[in-house]
Amino acid sequence: MLQGIAFYVLAAVTVIGGLLVVTARNPVHSVLWLILTFFSAAGLFVLLGAEFLAMLLVVVYVGAVAVLFLFVVMMLDVDFVRLREGFAKYLPLAVIVAGVLLAEMVMISLVVAQGGAAAASTGPATPNPDATNVEALGRVLYTDYVYIFQAAGIVLLIAMIGAIVLTLRHKPNVKRQDVGRQVGRDRNKAMEIKSVPTGTGVKPEDLV
Amino acid sequence: MPDLIQALQLSAPEATLAVGGLVLLMVGAFAGEKSARLVSTLSVLLLVAATALVVTGPLGRAFNGAYVADPLAVFGKAVIFLSSAVAIVLGDGWMKRQRIARFEYPILIVLASAGMGMMASSGDLISLYIGIELHSLALYVLAAFHRDDLRASEAGLKYFVLGALSSGLLLYGASLIYGFTGSMRFEDIAAYAAANPSTGLIFGLVFLICGLAFKVSAAPFHMWTPDVYEGAPTPVVALFATAPKVAAMVLIARTLEGAFAGSHDQWSQVLILISLISFAVGAFGGLVQKDIQRLLAYSSIANIGYALLGIAAGTTLGVQAMLLFMTLYVVDQFGFFAILLSLSRNGRPIRTIQDLAGLRKERPVTTLALTVLSLSVLGMPPLSGFWGKWAVFGAAAEAGYWMVGAAGLVASVVAGFYYLRIIKVMWFDPAPEQAPTDRAPLEAKTIAWGCAAFSFPLVIVGLTWLEPWAAAAAVGYGVG
Repeated sequence: MLQGIAFYVLAAVTVIGGLLVVTARNPVHSVLWLILTFFSAAGLFVLLGAEFLAMLLVVVYVGAVAVLFLFVVMMLDVDFVRLREGFAKYLPLAVIVAGVLLAEMVMISLVVAQGGAAAASTGPATPNPDATNVEALGRVLYTDYVYIFQAAGIVLLIAMIGAIVLTLRHKPNVKRQDVGRQVGRDRNKAMEIKSVPTGTGVKPEDLV
Repeated sequence: MPDLIQALQLSAPEATLAVGGLVLLMVGAFAGEKSARLVSTLSVLLLVAATALVVTGPLGRAFNGAYVADPLAVFGKAVIFLSSAVAIVLGDGWMKRQRIARFEYPILIVLASAGMGMMASSGDLISLYIGIELHSLALYVLAAFHRDDLRASEAGLKYFVLGALSSGLLLYGASLIYGFTGSMRFEDIAAYAAANPSTGLIFGLVFLICGLAFKVSAAPFHMWTPDVYEGAPTPVVALFATAPKVAAMVLIARTLEGAFAGSHDQWSQVLILISLISFAVGAFGGLVQKDIQRLLAYSSIANIGYALLGIAAGTTLGVQAMLLFMTLYVVDQFGFFAILLSLSRNGRPIRTIQDLAGLRKERPVTTLALTVLSLSVLGMPPLSGFWGKWAVFGAAAEAGYWMVGAAGLVASVVAGFYYLRIIKVMWFDPAPEQAPTDRAPLEAKTIAWGCAAFSFPLVIVGLTWLEPWAAAAAVGYGVG
């Protein structure tokens, strides 16, 4: 009973939050609604018994991704009012696409509900009551899916190499702080006493 | 534990490339930019070693069926790895001459090859997707590798945005297939699809085909191709035109004939439609092009149509024809791009067809090589392109698609116009007042002449072992 109420509340908040993400006028508000959506989705994960995934969602998506979005939204000089100009014009097309997607999702849900999809496979593995979430996930990731897991790691590595290749520029004339050299300086290296003849003054080129 | 050791033995080529790529990354990071030549050389050796591992390695399945090493994968991977090695050789000298030599270029190609290897031997939907992402992400970066060049940046961005869209389509299709069959493994999907055909499954399959068609630049998913071919650095385009296409074609053959053998009636219609549109777009789109690289983009669209027609036949002969066609096509493409890389005037590469005017007097051997390659892609017997098309049309006719084959022939005739125009400009157009061509770099010249020599006459000898090998690959897949 309590679980049922919690599910419907969280699900409703998720859907409404998602709707407000796309309809909010102010992009900062959009990101804030997105954070609310992530939080309620995390709640849904808890209801499913997937506490670890729920925590991941909060830490990774709310803590990192959404905050990054906020930075981007606030720092980029994008005129969001102009971006939205075509909203009404493209709305019919968007409604059609969304309708098709919704119909497909309903179709799949129906098939799954009738047990059609589960017939081919053994269905979802029954959770081991002794293992915690993290343990169960880790076991699968490092045994059955180790190949995919490592390959996904290389995908991320390529993204990093790509970012460096496309943006890093070695500038030879940049002055960088070198603590070792700073500490290693003593009075003999840093100063020089020059005797200046009286009355002639000092020219700038003598100082270099 | 023995399982893991066996799995590692099976997947040794990809593992070698991935680990070798990481080691080379360290070499490059510590030795700095001047190590580009060293890293390139080592990368080529690494790819050759991986090819040797592929050819000599054991066959079987590993990682719960996610990785399949069978004759089809062996054939595909041998072609893919060797093509990547050639692209590194072509790129190394070119990058140095353009003053953009960086050690990341060979490393990205090595890691992309690991991804293409994954594609060629994927046994389930996740390894299919990860393989595609692994190689595409590296290719997006390579397209924009010349980052101070506006057109290269545009090419990279376009490729990236449209690639992300196609990945979305592909993932949506994969999730539908998983939703309807309850399994990611091709075997389970095949078993389930044979027992319970459903419209939803076909829906997912169509999305999957759309995503894959984007990767091979088949029309109507070809929008990115001309711009990327025109903007990206030429050696990178040489890579785009070869290895990833072979990987994606092998993947399409494996997915459709492995996981959806029972739905042949449905997917062959989709493939034939894609083939027909590709013929039309490739043949007619190429007619108005002035830039040679753009022209080659349209030529590749048309040629992918022929290769897809082989798969659409749905027979072993069709897969064999596709493999043969792609291998011969890869050699021709490398010849074309090597010639483009070897021709420049005053350090400026030759880009338009009209720039070729008067080449007969300056560079007779290169002119002859380009003539042979043009005639070969055109499909003139007895050059190599003819044998590829012969095999594909033969397979299509045998499967009862002779009407589509006839359409392909018509497209060949139309496309013949632009290949003949290249030949005409080179041999017969008077040379305008212009700077003489620069000395051709050795590696590009050698590869160009080698590919032309393969197109004719070496192909006759080559076919005697290439054809049985392709036949063995087409028959024996899924083994293990």
